[in-house]
Amino acid sequence: MRSIWRTLDRGLARDIGLVCLADALVGVSYGAISVSSGFPFWAPMLLSLLVFAGASQFMFVGIVAAGGNPLAAVVAGLLVNARHVPFGFAIGDVLGTRWASRIAGSHLMIDESVAFALAQKDSGRKRAAYWACGIGLFVCWNVGVLLGAFAGTAISDTDAFGLDAAFPAVLLALVLPSLRDRATRLPVLLGVLAALIATPFLPAGLPVLFALVGVVAGAAAKEPKAREPEGVH
Amino acid sequence: MDAVELIIAAAVLGAGTFAFRFAGPVLRTRVKLSPRAERLMALSAIVLLAALVATSALTEGHSFAGIARPAGVLAGGVLAWRKAPFVAVVVAAAATAALLRLAGVP
Repeated sequence: MRSIWRTLDRGLARDIGLVCLADALVGVSYGAISVSSGFPFWAPMLLSLLVFAGASQFMFVGIVAAGGNPLAAVVAGLLVNARHVPFGFAIGDVLGTRWASRIAGSHLMIDESVAFALAQKDSGRKRAAYWACGIGLFVCWNVGVLLGAFAGTAISDTDAFGLDAAFPAVLLALVLPSLRDRATRLPVLLGVLAALIATPFLPAGLPVLFALVGVVAGAAAKEPKAREPEGVH
Repeated sequence: MDAVELIIAAAVLGAGTFAFRFAGPVLRTRVKLSPRAERLMALSAIVLLAALVATSALTEGHSFAGIARPAGVLAGGVLAWRKAPFVAVVVAAAATAALLRLAGVP
């Protein structure tokens, strides 16, 4: 564990700290919104500890508060979280080989920790970024939700601070460097288009998964080119 | 919804989410992935994150997210493209969206 903090340079630590701070504010709003829409104070805290995935938690609370079936709320939350399966395959080796670290690391797997890990070059920095971001966000998110659940409506609308624009920008800044690679750009472009086209028609969570057709199409587009020299015309 | 129902629902959502997260790290150890498969996995994660950026920047539910949010993300994106510091990217995105809303832009 100690080597993680040694590998983490100040710049990276500051960047992760900023994301944690913004996340804590969203947590406050999540706690406040949950309690003000009729949930007991412990409900958002329990969800944050057990689920630890903001978008699915907002969705769960929204559906139940609107009088929806709890089963529908669970299914909707699971759809939103299904993207963690491919995330796990992409960064599985960052979690280490011990069972304890694999289990803890899996629970800390969220968009930001995955994006920070993927944005690093060597494996030491990947590990350091992943764990620092995962642990930092887990603590800040849960503390934020706790404060929001008790303090109530102090911060109920984080959109007024533009935080809804800050989170996509965080992921964008982390993903951009890999778009300098040509082989990545086409699948990303196709995937983004597929997700946007699917958004009006599919339930939340599925459009993002639908983006994986970009990977398939990108791979298919590359295959014939590789075979061309030996092709019979 | 009573307390027991709520606890069960939270536990099921938590367990299902954990299963999704745990699948990759566990299954990866069972099979040795080829370098090509490794690259495809990393590419998939990048594509998913990019799609997440696009959908969360441009859409809300099944329709458009308005102007302030995409404008904020665009401002952050331009700074990131110009290799501005990460802090500047995040603050610019939030400030742009917040100021536009203050000016009455949705």
